[in-house]
Amino acid sequence: MSAPTRTPSGAPAHLTGPGSGRVGDDAARPDGVLKVRGEFAYGSDLWMDDMLWGVTLRSPHPYARIRSVDVGPALAVPGVHAVLTSDDVPGSKTYGLELADQPVLAVDVVRYQGEPVALVAADHPETARRAAARIVVDYEVWEPVTDAREALGHPTWNQVHETEAPVTELSRESAHLHPQGNLVRHLKVRKGDPHATADVVVTGEYEVGMQDQAFLGPESGLAVPAEDGGVELHVATQWLHVDQRQVCAALGLPPERVRLTLAGVGGAFGGREDLSMHVHACLLALRTGKPVKMSYNREESFFGHVHRHPATMRYEHGATRDGDLVYVRAQIHLDGGAYASSTPAVVGNAGTMGIGPYVVPNVHVDCYGAYTNNPPCGAMRGFGSVQTAFAYEAQMDALAAELGMDPVELRCRNAMEQGSPTPTGQVVDSPAPVAELLRRLAAMPLPEPPGTLDLREVPGGVSNTTHGEGVRRGVGYAVAYKNVAFSEGFDDHSTARVRLEVVGGEPTVTVHTAAAEVGQGLVTVEQQIARTELGVDRVVIHPKDTDVGSAGSTSASRQTYVTGGAVKAACEAVRARVLERAAGLTGRPVGDLRLFDGTVVAEGLELPLAEVLGDDAVEETLEWRHRPTQALDPETGQGFAHVQYAFSAHRAVVDVDTELGLLKVVEMACTQDVGKAINPQAVVGQIQGGTAQGLGLAVMEEVLVRDGRVQNPSFTDYLIPTVLDVPPMRIEVLEYADPHAPYGLRGVGEAPNISSGPAVLAAIRQATGLPLTRVPVRPEHITGT
Amino acid sequence: MRLTCTVNGTEQQVDDVWEGESLLYVLRERMGLPGSKNACEQGECGSCTVYLDGLPVCACLVAAGQAEGREVGTVEGLAAPGELHPVQQAFLDAGAVQCGFCTPGLLVATDDLLARARAEGRTPADAEIREALAGNLCRCTGYEKILDAVRLAADRTAGDAR
Ligand code: FES
Ligand code: FES
Repeated sequence: MSAPTRTPSGAPAHLTGPGSGRVGDDAARPDGVLKVRGEFAYGSDLWMDDMLWGVTLRSPHPYARIRSVDVGPALAVPGVHAVLTSDDVPGSKTYGLELADQPVLAVDVVRYQGEPVALVAADHPETARRAAARIVVDYEVWEPVTDAREALGHPTWNQVHETEAPVTELSRESAHLHPQGNLVRHLKVRKGDPHATADVVVTGEYEVGMQDQAFLGPESGLAVPAEDGGVELHVATQWLHVDQRQVCAALGLPPERVRLTLAGVGGAFGGREDLSMHVHACLLALRTGKPVKMSYNREESFFGHVHRHPATMRYEHGATRDGDLVYVRAQIHLDGGAYASSTPAVVGNAGTMGIGPYVVPNVHVDCYGAYTNNPPCGAMRGFGSVQTAFAYEAQMDALAAELGMDPVELRCRNAMEQGSPTPTGQVVDSPAPVAELLRRLAAMPLPEPPGTLDLREVPGGVSNTTHGEGVRRGVGYAVAYKNVAFSEGFDDHSTARVRLEVVGGEPTVTVHTAAAEVGQGLVTVEQQIARTELGVDRVVIHPKDTDVGSAGSTSASRQTYVTGGAVKAACEAVRARVLERAAGLTGRPVGDLRLFDGTVVAEGLELPLAEVLGDDAVEETLEWRHRPTQALDPETGQGFAHVQYAFSAHRAVVDVDTELGLLKVVEMACTQDVGKAINPQAVVGQIQGGTAQGLGLAVMEEVLVRDGRVQNPSFTDYLIPTVLDVPPMRIEVLEYADPHAPYGLRGVGEAPNISSGPAVLAAIRQATGLPLTRVPVRPEHITGT
Repeated sequence: MRLTCTVNGTEQQVDDVWEGESLLYVLRERMGLPGSKNACEQGECGSCTVYLDGLPVCACLVAAGQAEGREVGTVEGLAAPGELHPVQQAFLDAGAVQCGFCTPGLLVATDDLLARARAEGRTPADAEIREALAGNLCRCTGYEKILDAVRLAADRTAGDAR
């Protein structure tokens, strides 16, 4: 089979780009020119002459038994090539990241609205859609379980799953998984005295709604049947190898017959860590013998990927009169929806980091993840840490008010620093400048108070809802932390293959990893590292595919650290061999030689690489892992669970029309420690983007679910921030090296997404004097109507 | 049905277009021009922005038949082959491209804004840029570097004739 014929010259072809920039430089993206020309092939752009279009028939009910499915009327539609149901899944009928509990296509029962039931392949997408609508499914509709706490309160009542799901190798070792009842995981963190008392106590209950990743590039891919009976899948995803593992299981095929290549990815933010159309397109391609493309529209996308877990949280903070935290007790409930996805790991994060970056001697946290018949929830940027930050930072402000202290001072007084113990008994063993992040924010100038009236600058904008009357300005602070990379004893590694050769007279490095580029700029970082380590400007990024070992997931802010570490190590191995060769040629000791600008140099020596290498290529493939972490003790939650933390802080300035409840975020300021900015421009871009997503959750973004049904699956009704909603930002990037990480770097992507929303909430509370315990804040929460 | 229109200066003719197809679908799937993107197909995101007779429109909201005999301009036609338009160059220089899915639509919208401002002999102020781009969603950048890119392109092209 040929490759996709209309693969514009971008991914999945080799990327070179304009070509310079080392570690620490604002290097240009190798895919940038393709992207601005509209030539970069996203998953939805792939195309072959004889391809078919696949569509999914989804359940309209959140919970129902399937009495029967009649595909006959669909098959009778001219242009239809195949209609498939769960009977046509040759291998494992279920898949999942941590627990294989989610059907490829519904088997007997549907557990959420939008669950895939059947597939159609046809020669036009509209033909396929119309045919799918003619499939007759007879449902016996059941009452859905829609509240996480209720679901847990009745462990044998109405349980969403009746059988135990197989555990995968990704599963958290310490997760206690119940074969019965709706509990996915209960994490206990126990430190110090569970009955500690304090002079000053504040309690609060908080709720966070369901957020959507809302990446712009729809779930898409193209499956091409191969001559060996296998399949090639070009797909926009976050982790090729975990997809491959699940696709192989469902198809009943060995890995060598299921080859995945990364298509261009239009954003991810966690929403592509689970499978979407992967297995479906492969099933249709293998059945029809033709290439099959699937591409969701926006509505289907809302049903086609997991969301951020909604949370309800109860917190109690105790402190001395001087403002020293004595204890924190918390109960956190996360609604995992119908299938586990990464709920166990999200529970791990929410629980272990659920009190924020503070030093507290007595901690008692219970964090639960539950099954319900709501949409499945899993990975989204910030991964369990976003929800709790809204609660613990609200608590810190409430405590400051109770103590009559400045909120920044209270935070600084209790801030974690290098050497501090965490609630899980870890010692923070690299810089943790929490107090400095806050103090730098507080020292930044504040934006000018509203001056001459420009309607575009007030809440409500040109809707002309106010001329400034009833408008109050609030300023709020928040700080947060988040683990980088996979935790709790997971064997977190990446693989890099690096090759150095002379092509057309020019020394050329090819870097081959399976690490998904989703927009963040990892391909740029890979080039920068190779240029730095090998002294060669021309670095080609090989297409990302499963012909090389796993790179792990593009999530948990981990790729620059882990795949960056792998590329660095592979480059070092290549360098050692090249220098040895040069030592043999010149008789100089290896220790005197280095690579610089395409030459081997030493005192009085400049030997072009072309002379050292001739026609040979030097290639090394290396697996690289960060320091091992440990599983948490199941009873106390103690253990060295996290390899690194990322810290960020935000200050938000918000104008609130207290009469109408309309808001205008005036400015966001952020300080973040990144250890070492490998690409400063991209680092700032991550901070800006993360800040906007956090702001979105704070004031507008929520997937509204009523009785298990999604009310707003469109960009008309699910609002994400526009350029009018996101204010100017002030950003300060700190670089305190982490001695354990490559180049001292720290994962960047998630932290700013965690601290921004709580700062916005703090500012609105300050402006209104209202407690505002539910996120996102809506106008009626402010006006009380 | 048959559709004939001019796309990026070249006459295009396609057959067997179904009446329900949008201009976006025809560009992407029938004319081999997938540069215009399809993030929502509901007129909410601006990723499909193209010129229709010189005015920016959401191609997902234009029925293919409405383009009959008209002139369409897409991201693929902004610059001559092998070259970059100043707006494209500014987006790259400012770091305004992450995943890039919003980029084609933003480039067309920005080009339109700057051309209008240039025609009036001025560069747009921030508030005007924000208004002009309010229909183009970006999920990755938080818009700061997009604004930088627009300002940069405005400065670089300020003296250019329309
Ligand atoms: S795809 Fe046309 S506006 Fe979103
Ligand atoms: S760069 Fe990804 S949506 Fe704008």
